Amino acid sequence: MLGTTFLVFAMMRLMPGDFTDFLGGDFGALDAETKALIQAEFGLDQNWATQYIGWIGDLLRGDFGVSVYSGRPISGDLLQRLPITLELGIFAMAINLIIGIPIGIISAVRQFSWYDYTGRAGAIALLAVPNFWIALLAISLAGKYALWAVPSPTYPGLFEDPIANLKFMAFPALLTGAAGAGYQMRFGRTAMLEVMRQDYIRTAWSKGLQERAVILKHGLRNALIPIVTVIGLFLPALIGGTVVIETIYSIPGMGRYFIHALNGRDLFIVQALAVIFTMVVIVSNFLVDIAYSILNPRIRYS
Amino acid sequence: MTSTSTNLDYDETQAALFGMRQQDDRSKFLKALTGIKGFATGYPMGMVGAVVMLILVAMAVIPQLFTPLAVQKSSSIIGIHISDRFETPSWDFWFGTNALGRDMYGRLVYGARTAIMIGFGAVILAKLLSTVIGTVSAFFGGWVDNALQRVVEMVQAIPTLVFLILFVVMLEPRLPDIGPLSSDMLVILLVVAVHSGFVSSRTVRGVALSLREETYVEAAQALGASDSRIMLRHIVPNLIAYVIVSASLFVGAAVLLESSLSFLGYGVQPPAPSWGRELNEAREELARYPHLAFFPGLFIFATVWSFNMFGDALRDRLDPRLRGST
Repeated sequence: MLGTTFLVFAMMRLMPGDFTDFLGGDFGALDAETKALIQAEFGLDQNWATQYIGWIGDLLRGDFGVSVYSGRPISGDLLQRLPITLELGIFAMAINLIIGIPIGIISAVRQFSWYDYTGRAGAIALLAVPNFWIALLAISLAGKYALWAVPSPTYPGLFEDPIANLKFMAFPALLTGAAGAGYQMRFGRTAMLEVMRQDYIRTAWSKGLQERAVILKHGLRNALIPIVTVIGLFLPALIGGTVVIETIYSIPGMGRYFIHALNGRDLFIVQALAVIFTMVVIVSNFLVDIAYSILNPRIRYS
Repeated sequence: MTSTSTNLDYDETQAALFGMRQQDDRSKFLKALTGIKGFATGYPMGMVGAVVMLILVAMAVIPQLFTPLAVQKSSSIIGIHISDRFETPSWDFWFGTNALGRDMYGRLVYGARTAIMIGFGAVILAKLLSTVIGTVSAFFGGWVDNALQRVVEMVQAIPTLVFLILFVVMLEPRLPDIGPLSSDMLVILLVVAVHSGFVSSRTVRGVALSLREETYVEAAQALGASDSRIMLRHIVPNLIAYVIVSASLFVGAAVLLESSLSFLGYGVQPPAPSWGRELNEAREELARYPHLAFFPGLFIFATVWSFNMFGDALRDRLDPRLRGST
C-alpha cells in the first residue's frame, strides 16, 4: 500500500508541465517569478522526500490537501462525489451479478443446449462490446427516435428526487455492469460445470432430490469460490468503467473529477483519487479473502 | 486470398507449437489443409473469428486494397473538405463523412493499422515480459520472488484505466517517434504491455512453479545444467502453449484498451486515424449524425470479437485443460 502511494506520488512529480502552466489561461504564460511564488505556496519547491513524507502524514490524518485552483479542501469535494460513484458502482455490480450468475448457471446445467450456445455467444459479445460505443448509440437513438426520455443533463440528487435519480442512473449502471457480466457468465459456467461433474452431485440426484435443491444447494454453494474471485477481479475494471461512463453521461462522480483534475494538472486531487481508487481495490480484495474462508472453511490464512 | 494466408498462419502456429520436423512441401501443405479443415469443423465460430481477423490484418498491412478509388469519391482521408461535411452514408461515401468532410470508411480502414500495430505490439511485449517475470520469479523463489511479487501486487492494485492514463500523461512527451509508430502510439503500446505483462506474470508464475517440480527439471539439475539453461531449455518451452493461447486472447483486450484511451483523449493523437478517437469526435454531433458513432464502434467490436473467438477455439484445440480459464 505504501508502495502504491509512492508510485502515484512519483508519477505525479514526473508528469511534464504543472498547473502553473495553465494558470495564465488566455493571457499567455506566467513569468517564471510568479510561477515560483505559486509553487512555493503549495510547497512544491521543497525536495521530493519532504513533500512525500508531508503528504503521507496528511493522508494518515485524513487530510487530502486542497485543489490548486479553487483552494477548497479536496475532502469536501470528495464527500460530494463519493456517494454518486458509489451508487453507480453498487448498481453496476448488482447488474453484473444479476445478469452474469443465472445465465452462467443455466448455461452449465443445460450444457450444449440452445440456452448454453446463446448464453456463451452473448458472453463473448459482451466482452467485445466497447461500452462507450453502446452508451453513445443509446444517447443518439434516444434523441432521434424518442424511444425513451433522454436523461436530464444535470444529475438529480438521490435524496432530493429519487425517481429522477434512478431514471438517470439506470442506463449508465446497466452499461458499466454489463461490461463485466461476460466474464461472470464464463467463469460461473466453468465453475458450475466442474462442480456438476462431482460425485456428490450424482449422489444428490440419485437420492431423488429436486433439481432446484441439487443445483442451488449442492451445486452453486460449491461453485461460489471462483464466482467470488471474479467479483474481486472485476473491481479495478469497474472503477475504470465508471471513469468512462461518468465522462459520457456527465455524472459528477469521482471518475469525471479525476479526468478533469488530470487535464488541469491539479496534482493533489489526482494523487488523492489514485490513492482512494487503489484503497478500494485493496480493501475489496481483503473482503474477497474473508469471503473465501467463509465459503470454504478448509482455507485458513496464517 | 484468405484461405492461402490461413494455411500459412496455421502452419506456422503448428510448427511453432509442436516443433514439426521439416517435411517436403507437398505433405506439409496437405497436412496444413487437413488441419484447417479439422479446425473449421470442430470450431466453426473460431474459424469465423479467424477469417474476420485475417481480413483486419490484411486491412492493416495493405489498406489500399480495401479502398478502391473508383468507388470512393474522396480518396483523401486527411485534410479538410468543407463541401463534403456530414454526408450520410451513400454510394460515394460508404459510411458518410465527418465534421471535416473526411471519408469515414477510409479513415476506419486506415485505423485498422493503428489498432493492429498497437494490439500486436503490446501483446508480444506483454507476453515476453510476463514470461520472463513469471519464470524468474518461480524458478528462483526466495527474495527475488518476494520482491517481484510485491511489484506485481502494486501494479495490480491500481485500477487499470487509471494506471494507463497516469503513465500515458507522464511518458508521452518524452518518447521519440519510431518508424510508423508515433510517440503517442508508442506510449500506449508500452504502457498497456507493461501493465499486462506484470499482471499476467502471476499466472505464468503459477504454471512455471508446477513445471519446476517436474522430474526432468530435477534430472537436468542433477546433470549440472546451469540455471539459465534449465529455464530456457526446460521450463520456457513447456510454457509456450499457455503463453500463445493467452496472447491470442489478449489482443482483443489490448485493442479495447487502446480505443478506450483514445476515446478519453489520452490515446492516439490526430491526424492519425484511430477508432476510439473517431468515436470521441462523433460525440459532438451525436444527435444529428449517429452514423458517425455507429461505424467506428462496429470496427472495434468486430476486431475484439474475432480475436476472442479465435483465441477461444485455439485454446480448446491446443490445451483442453485450460478450457474456461478466461
